Amino acid sequence: MSYVIEGSTGPWELVIGLEVHAQVVSRAKLFSGASATFGGEPNSHVSLVDAAFPGMLPVINAECVAQAVRTGLGLDARINLVSRFDRKNYFYADLPPGYQISQFTHPIVGSGKVDIELADGTRREIGVTRLHLEQDAGKSVHDQDPTRSFIDLNRAGVALMEIVSEPDMRSPEEAGAYVRKLRMIMRYLGTCDGNMEEGSLRADVNVSVRKAGEPFRTRCEIKNVNSIRFVMQAIEVEARRQVEIWESGGVVDQETRLFDPHRGETRSMRSKEDAHDYRYFPDPDLLPLVLEQGWVDSLRSALPELPDAKRARFVAEYGIPDYDSSVLVAEQATAEFYETVARGRDGRLASNWVVGELFAALNRTGKTISTSPVTAEALGGLLDLIKDGTINGRIAKDVFEVMVETGEAADAIVERKGLRQVVDTGAIDSAIESVLAANADKLAEYRSGKEKLFVFFVGQTMKAMKGKGNPALINERLAHLLKAD
Amino acid sequence: MSLDAATIRRIARLARLGVGEAEIERLQTELGHIIGWVEQLGELDLDGVEPIAGVGHAALRLRADEVTDGDRVEAVLSNAPGRAGPFYAVPKVVE
Amino acid sequence: MSDMVELTGQSLAAALDGLEKGRFSSVELTRAHLDAVEALNPTLNAYITVTAEQALTQAAEADAVRARGEAGLLCGAPVAIKDLFCTEGVRTTAASRILSNFVPPYESTVTAQMKRDGAVSLGKTNLDEFAMGSSNMTSAFGAVQNPWRRRGDDSPLVPGGSSGGSASAVAARIALAATGTDTGGSIRQPASFCGIAGIKPTYGRCSRWGTVAFASSLDQAGPLARTVEDCAILLRSMAGFDPKDSTSVDVAVPDFRAAVGRSVKGMRIGIPAEYRAPGMPEEIERWWQQGIAWLRDAGCEIVDVSLPHTRYGLATYYIVAPAECSSNLARYDGVRFGERVEADSLDALYERSRAAGFGDEVKRRILIGTYVLSSGYYDAYYLKAQKVRSLILRDFTEAFGRVDALLTPTAPSAAFGLGEKMSDPVTMYLNDIFTVPASMAGVPGMSVPVGLDSAGLPLGLQLIGRPFDEETLFALGSALEKAAGFDHLPALRAGAVA
Repeated sequence: MSYVIEGSTGPWELVIGLEVHAQVVSRAKLFSGASATFGGEPNSHVSLVDAAFPGMLPVINAECVAQAVRTGLGLDARINLVSRFDRKNYFYADLPPGYQISQFTHPIVGSGKVDIELADGTRREIGVTRLHLEQDAGKSVHDQDPTRSFIDLNRAGVALMEIVSEPDMRSPEEAGAYVRKLRMIMRYLGTCDGNMEEGSLRADVNVSVRKAGEPFRTRCEIKNVNSIRFVMQAIEVEARRQVEIWESGGVVDQETRLFDPHRGETRSMRSKEDAHDYRYFPDPDLLPLVLEQGWVDSLRSALPELPDAKRARFVAEYGIPDYDSSVLVAEQATAEFYETVARGRDGRLASNWVVGELFAALNRTGKTISTSPVTAEALGGLLDLIKDGTINGRIAKDVFEVMVETGEAADAIVERKGLRQVVDTGAIDSAIESVLAANADKLAEYRSGKEKLFVFFVGQTMKAMKGKGNPALINERLAHLLKAD
Repeated sequence: MSLDAATIRRIARLARLGVGEAEIERLQTELGHIIGWVEQLGELDLDGVEPIAGVGHAALRLRADEVTDGDRVEAVLSNAPGRAGPFYAVPKVVE
Repeated sequence: MSDMVELTGQSLAAALDGLEKGRFSSVELTRAHLDAVEALNPTLNAYITVTAEQALTQAAEADAVRARGEAGLLCGAPVAIKDLFCTEGVRTTAASRILSNFVPPYESTVTAQMKRDGAVSLGKTNLDEFAMGSSNMTSAFGAVQNPWRRRGDDSPLVPGGSSGGSASAVAARIALAATGTDTGGSIRQPASFCGIAGIKPTYGRCSRWGTVAFASSLDQAGPLARTVEDCAILLRSMAGFDPKDSTSVDVAVPDFRAAVGRSVKGMRIGIPAEYRAPGMPEEIERWWQQGIAWLRDAGCEIVDVSLPHTRYGLATYYIVAPAECSSNLARYDGVRFGERVEADSLDALYERSRAAGFGDEVKRRILIGTYVLSSGYYDAYYLKAQKVRSLILRDFTEAFGRVDALLTPTAPSAAFGLGEKMSDPVTMYLNDIFTVPASMAGVPGMSVPVGLDSAGLPLGLQLIGRPFDEETLFALGSALEKAAGFDHLPALRAGAVA
């Protein structure tokens, strides 16, 4: 069922396109040797190039180019072997040279795609128009002084990839799924850390509404939305605003707007509209960027397995349900963890333990997969003990809890606590016999046909054996002894 | 040829060049004259001519991804006409 | 030897030889120049900043280095630096009010290489503001005078521009040689006006790093000196690949000096029919013909060639250069460096700082550049200019398929009076009509003084060469120089006026 906004004149369809700004993972900035690391003392990650001192010149960072190409390959996109840098001219306090170096007419990456999946399992392909490299701006600090703004250029010149989608999305959910998927792909590629709190991923959201079958109506651009939740909220409130305007006989102006999450509304950024003429032209300080096909090919062959491929492979290779696989591949670290556990073991058992016990433990202890108190190897060791019958599943859960607390290896815990499963039929038989002896009344009831009590005897035997009895053997011996009596 | 006053104001605003009303008329004539003069390029048939942005003899050289600069706050701020501690300071920017 | 006139009157080559032979020290040589600067600069205004103390310290160091037998290429030679090259700890103004108190915390690559080679810097020379001009009249630090005077006429003349301070200082013997920059003729035209030699090398030969930018796709540093050989010596130090400049070209720097005096026999010299301007003095044509005759006598083959798009060079230049400058000069906004005029809002601060900081010519070019790049005009102006540039480059490429170099006049006139040609910008722009095409094509061009006009003012001829073939220009330039025997002296020069 497609998403619509019900207006007074009937249903309205949404048309959404996103421009995602993703900070490139690199040590140094795009055109200067200053650090691209987040944070730092104000103006400490700044070279005189970033501060646009007279006579300073840009020299491009090879890794930023490689990262853009990797991302393009991950989006199944065309890599343009010749691209070019242009200057986008405008004055702003955090833009020292008075222009941003960007790629306007000849981006490094052409059209590609992102496959998204919605909660109901629907899959859709969202077109990517282009990806280009550009510089980030600095930061203006407005809250330190009543009459002045302070400028910190630490971010100025950090490499960004601007990834422009086709206007292919039709609901807030699709937009959210698109950003999430894009982020997942870039994290797999190691090209963007996707950390929205630190601003490594921001989106400009283009929204318009229309009646079914109509051509596009005027769109508005909501600038700089910095979380997936806000992207979805902003789309919804902006679309409602536009529907109201159209339905009250008004006209939506093409403009740049800002989303205010506190008020749950978008508002016009008239300042940005003023003199909207960027006077793009080729940056004369830079020559065309020319890539060798062989170099692109070598990047391609070194790409990691991407989430969709991994998900399908897990299903095929480890026999786990598609849903579990999708959960496991959501984070690359989780997928790696899982695969370390599953390799050479029962894939389903491994998946159950990772998605079940491990996730619960991480949640409880506030840890992440990469800081997990139980390593993949250790969890594998635990599963090995289950598989070879050293412990049973119930004891395994107890052992796991100790592993979470102490970080000890499973076999050590089993030894130390004497949790090894009892497989000696003599010991089992004697435990059963004492249980039956102590419960003569129940035994009589059983004999008179209340066969459900079998489970009771199993439980009592297990209890008597402090949980260490082999459940299958207890069942087998109990049936034998009851018959023999 | 003369450029109209609105055009002068528009480009002066784009260039963030304060231009007094008194100067506008003079600029209309001066800039109009220059623009009129460069329009002689209109005489040429440029169909199929590839534009060039420069005479660069090669493609862009790529530098290694190494941190080679930074941690020079004093140099960065040494010439600043407005400064507040480790920041440049400007009149309050209202978003 | 201690006579100021002798010390300042010698060539750079002779001075380096004298230093090496111990006939005088760098301190003596430098002091003689500083004395001459003190005497003449109040009149000429060739220097914006004189760094006397630093120069003497450098000179003493140079003497010590030479005594250790470690003298570099320019060890102990007092030279002048155009005030467009950023110099660490020394105010760098670009002759603009907006940078009037700017002290760079860095040294341009070109001047750093000269320091490496032991050059002594006397100071920073005047120029047209941000190198935009052909007369040095647009400097915020006042006009520069040409040391030459018309015969029987004491009225001051312009030195040309934009490297007018450098040209004037070298001609007046208050520097042995000087650096310049050339965007559309800013080395060659003032060299011609001041009776000295100057070369704009191939685009990419000298690093642009640390030099205040005017038009990035055209700007190129080069030397001004009194002889072709001196230019060769200085250029070798200034040139070289710089990884900090993406447009710097990674080719070896030849020993240009070795090309000086090399035989030019058998070289093919193209004479482009289009290098005749309407109203060009007949004398210029006459000296051009003389230059042709000299080269023919030296064994060159003279070939008529055509560069049909020459006449569109200037108009193309006056779209491309302002477009780039409008963007390059956006950084002068009163925030991180430079002069600021306080205001309540950021935009007002920008507008007032830039209105107060830039002079009229710079403002005109920023506005023209903004206009030709603005929405709706880009295709009509900037894109068109890029296409014509392509045709101009093709003209040169085709010509260099047939000839080794071109010979043309450097400028359509001799030096003119201070304040002349100021009424209309386009009239001033026409000064660069013969120098701009080589700039647009990025090929090297050299001006060599060949004679005087009837008023007694020097005139230069321009040699234009293939990309990275400056050596041919040095060979031909020295042949012209030798044939011309230009030994005239300007009215104002070290020791001649007290």
